Amino acid sequence: MSGLLDLWTVVAVSGGAFFFLAGTVGLLRFPDVLTRLHALTKADNLGLGLVVLGLLPRAEGLQGAVKLLSVWLLVMLSGATVSQLIARVAGRESPPA
Amino acid sequence: MTPASLLDLGIGAVALALAAFAGAARSSFAAIVGFVALGLLLALAWLRLGAPDVALTEVAIGGGLTGLLLIGAERRLRARAMAEGAERVSARVRVAAAVLSAGVAAGLAAAVLSLPIPAPTLGPAALRELPRTGLDNPVTAALIAFRAVDTLAEKVVLLLALVGVWSLAPDREWGGRPGQRYPLDADGVLAFLVRLLVPVGVVFGGYILWVSAEAPGGAFQGGAILATMWLAARMAGLTDAPRLCASRVRWALAAGPLVFFAAGLAGPLVAGGFLAWPVGFEKPVIVTIEIPLMLSIAAVLGLLLAGPAQRDGAR
Repeated sequence: MSGLLDLWTVVAVSGGAFFFLAGTVGLLRFPDVLTRLHALTKADNLGLGLVVLGLLPRAEGLQGAVKLLSVWLLVMLSGATVSQLIARVAGRESPPA
Repeated sequence: MTPASLLDLGIGAVALALAAFAGAARSSFAAIVGFVALGLLLALAWLRLGAPDVALTEVAIGGGLTGLLLIGAERRLRARAMAEGAERVSARVRVAAAVLSAGVAAGLAAAVLSLPIPAPTLGPAALRELPRTGLDNPVTAALIAFRAVDTLAEKVVLLLALVGVWSLAPDREWGGRPGQRYPLDADGVLAFLVRLLVPVGVVFGGYILWVSAEAPGGAFQGGAILATMWLAARMAGLTDAPRLCASRVRWALAAGPLVFFAAGLAGPLVAGGFLAWPVGFEKPVIVTIEIPLMLSIAAVLGLLLAGPAQRDGAR
């Protein structure tokens, strides 16, 4: 049972690390603000989400699990809002054709 | 080489690279972004050194609040540079700044390297006396019991810094409202986020103070979180900065240090010394001091960010 949980942690955290890497590469390589934001959301939502899901079985009790999940939810909430704000400024400065 | 030491090497290398980037960046905005990222990385380094209390403060103050102060200063400087025609910093000034910074860094390095090994420490003595404070976190015990006089002086220094910022206001604005008034977009995403976030942040700030009795946290970190929540509410246009002459503002700023001073002055009567806490009541006294202290810290940090009075000077 614990072997399966360990496997789950390794797979999910590796998946999360992959999305962080992909998001970073996208941030550096993509040509404009909107596509870069698109790349960033992958790191924020999927990357962090997979890391949190992977770490859940290792959380210290219910309280630790709730803390981990709240971190993810709060980051998603602020990430989504900040993306909106940045995209709005970008749209105002150079309206999409 | 173990994975842990690889991680430490990586953190150190990226920190150096970020510092170099912040120093060499062409635009001041890019330099500030580098500086904030460096603050986050230094917090990781403090965690690796086993100092989570310092890491929390580094994130809140070194990365967050200082970054915001710098961004505000940069925007003001850029507006002025545009008005007066761009003024470039001369190479001589840059070299002088670099030499000065390198000198400070070298001096710090020499001081650290000249420490005897093992370094002299009061750690065991502090841990031995820890049970008498009623606290479980030795860092909090050092801040509010063993070296309370340092903490008290630090709060007074914060107030002095705020007085310094306020003094930048011209006479006719003195006592008016600081900073700009942000427009409210009641259905906008920012107002939505802030309405959701501020209650969470207020609870979290209180939690960080409460948990500091047995785990990393404290009045300063909690106060920084509260100040950030106020800033967020102001930026979303949900609230405006108060007039700096309002008596509730002055009381909010002074309450923490006043309670601290009063408790300290009561010390000789009930516990045999300035800033000595009565035996058996250490924990209640410490909590009574720390709650107003956190609120005052939040007020000072928030108003430091807001800046000098610049609007509706009529009192």
